[in-house]
Amino acid sequence: MRGVVVIGAGHAGIEAAASLRTGGYAGPVTVVDAEGHLPYQRPPLSKEMLDDQADPTGISLRPKAFFDDQRISLCPGPAVEIDRTRQQVRVESGHWVGYDHLVLATGATPRQFSLPGLGLRGVTELRTFDDALSLRASLAGAKHVVVLGGGFIGMEVASAARKRGIDVTVLELADRVLGRVVSQPVSAAVAAHHRADGVRLCLEERAVEVVGHAGHVTGVRTGSGQLLPADLLVIGVGATADDSLAGRAGLETDNGVVVDRCLTTSDPRIFAVGDCAAVRDRVTGQLRRLESIQNATDQGRYAAARILGWKRSYRAVPWFWSNQGTLRLQLVDLGGGYDRLVVRGNETRFSVFRLCDGLLTAVESVNDPGTHMAARRLLDRGTPTEAELILDDFDVRVLARRVLSAETAASA
Amino acid sequence: MPTVVYVNDDGSQMTVDMPVATSLMRAALGNQVPGIVGECGGSATCGTCHVYLDHTTEKLDPPSGDEDDMLEWTASPRTENSRLSCQLVPTQESAYLVVRVPAKQV
Repeated sequence: MRGVVVIGAGHAGIEAAASLRTGGYAGPVTVVDAEGHLPYQRPPLSKEMLDDQADPTGISLRPKAFFDDQRISLCPGPAVEIDRTRQQVRVESGHWVGYDHLVLATGATPRQFSLPGLGLRGVTELRTFDDALSLRASLAGAKHVVVLGGGFIGMEVASAARKRGIDVTVLELADRVLGRVVSQPVSAAVAAHHRADGVRLCLEERAVEVVGHAGHVTGVRTGSGQLLPADLLVIGVGATADDSLAGRAGLETDNGVVVDRCLTTSDPRIFAVGDCAAVRDRVTGQLRRLESIQNATDQGRYAAARILGWKRSYRAVPWFWSNQGTLRLQLVDLGGGYDRLVVRGNETRFSVFRLCDGLLTAVESVNDPGTHMAARRLLDRGTPTEAELILDDFDVRVLARRVLSAETAASA
Repeated sequence: MPTVVYVNDDGSQMTVDMPVATSLMRAALGNQVPGIVGECGGSATCGTCHVYLDHTTEKLDPPSGDEDDMLEWTASPRTENSRLSCQLVPTQESAYLVVRVPAKQV
């Protein structure tokens, strides 16, 4: 028995390895890790970890002893080649590791783009533990921070910088922040929160040049001709799937390793999970790639179950969260578009219900965790119709209580 | 050091000595206590570190409004001593706590 090789030691990879052991897998389990740290959690990197008080050792996914006790071998990477015929993976140091099953959990990397001056010191992106430590050190001495990109990472970094009293400007190409993930009312609330916190938001604005002096950034020139002072420029313009290893091995890729609804690649012995996996919809043929903790852990767990003989296809309700200062954003999103938005709540605590063809497809909650959790429970069980939601004036907690108590009664 | 006894659904127990100002969720993950997931890393966002707080010598703050809202929807039933263990942070060296870990977190 060669065992299972997992490439990538993020949330998805570690969940796959740990779940194999929980499920009783007895063969060798090897996780190839390109970063050289004890595997760690990624969400705190753009939040708590940017605070000087945070303990950098406190964010490991599992303690060192866990890997020893569970006989999960952490192999220094990166993996550089997959030989599918011989079923083995070559790591950079040159040795080969054989597999019966391979799980690709290679994640995503910050989107690359070109801009004059990007090579200056003081220009940084945020993806890894090392990136976070270095950004934290830079924030300690910064007076003016410019954030390029009004997505989750950008807005979280803006909050962390404001907490230190640093002057912050966010440049966003679109006409609203978080435009890729939330609807207009939530974008507006997020923008208002940050403006009240002292963040300068420049929407529909692009960076055209990073200006520097003596090799260090001093400012950012924008498309409208402004020169924003900056001693630190943080790039948060999204990520692309790390699918090059899979591509070189001849697996189908398309901004992600293409997998079917069982998370299997074009090679039946190879799975892809987490940020790097693009799942093909069986009916529409469309690919959906998600970047979230829930997706990473659920898919990692599923790949392990599959290796252990599970036959059902993958199914999970995707959800996301972002904490930006005191603002708590939680989303549950089945995907697809929407033709109607319904907003319930007040200015500081509300949820937006997205509907398509009379069915609920997503709920975006601002400081409204009860609604978020109720919506997740409901969508786990099926998709409520607009007619059902109208009965309780879109209070999904009432509907979820009814559905859950009916379930309890039926199983009693 | 605060001491926490985690009682699993099958009745087995684990006793953990933990540093002060650490959450019971982190202490559980750091000591391989089964049954606590802590998917969101401790921001009271996922509801997968649910415990029943059966005993505590230290008076802990009651659940915040958000924690209270989350607890209604945990995978195992809520009782009056349900808590999210990421929000339970003993500060007294002599603290002694007993929590039961529910059968299901996800």
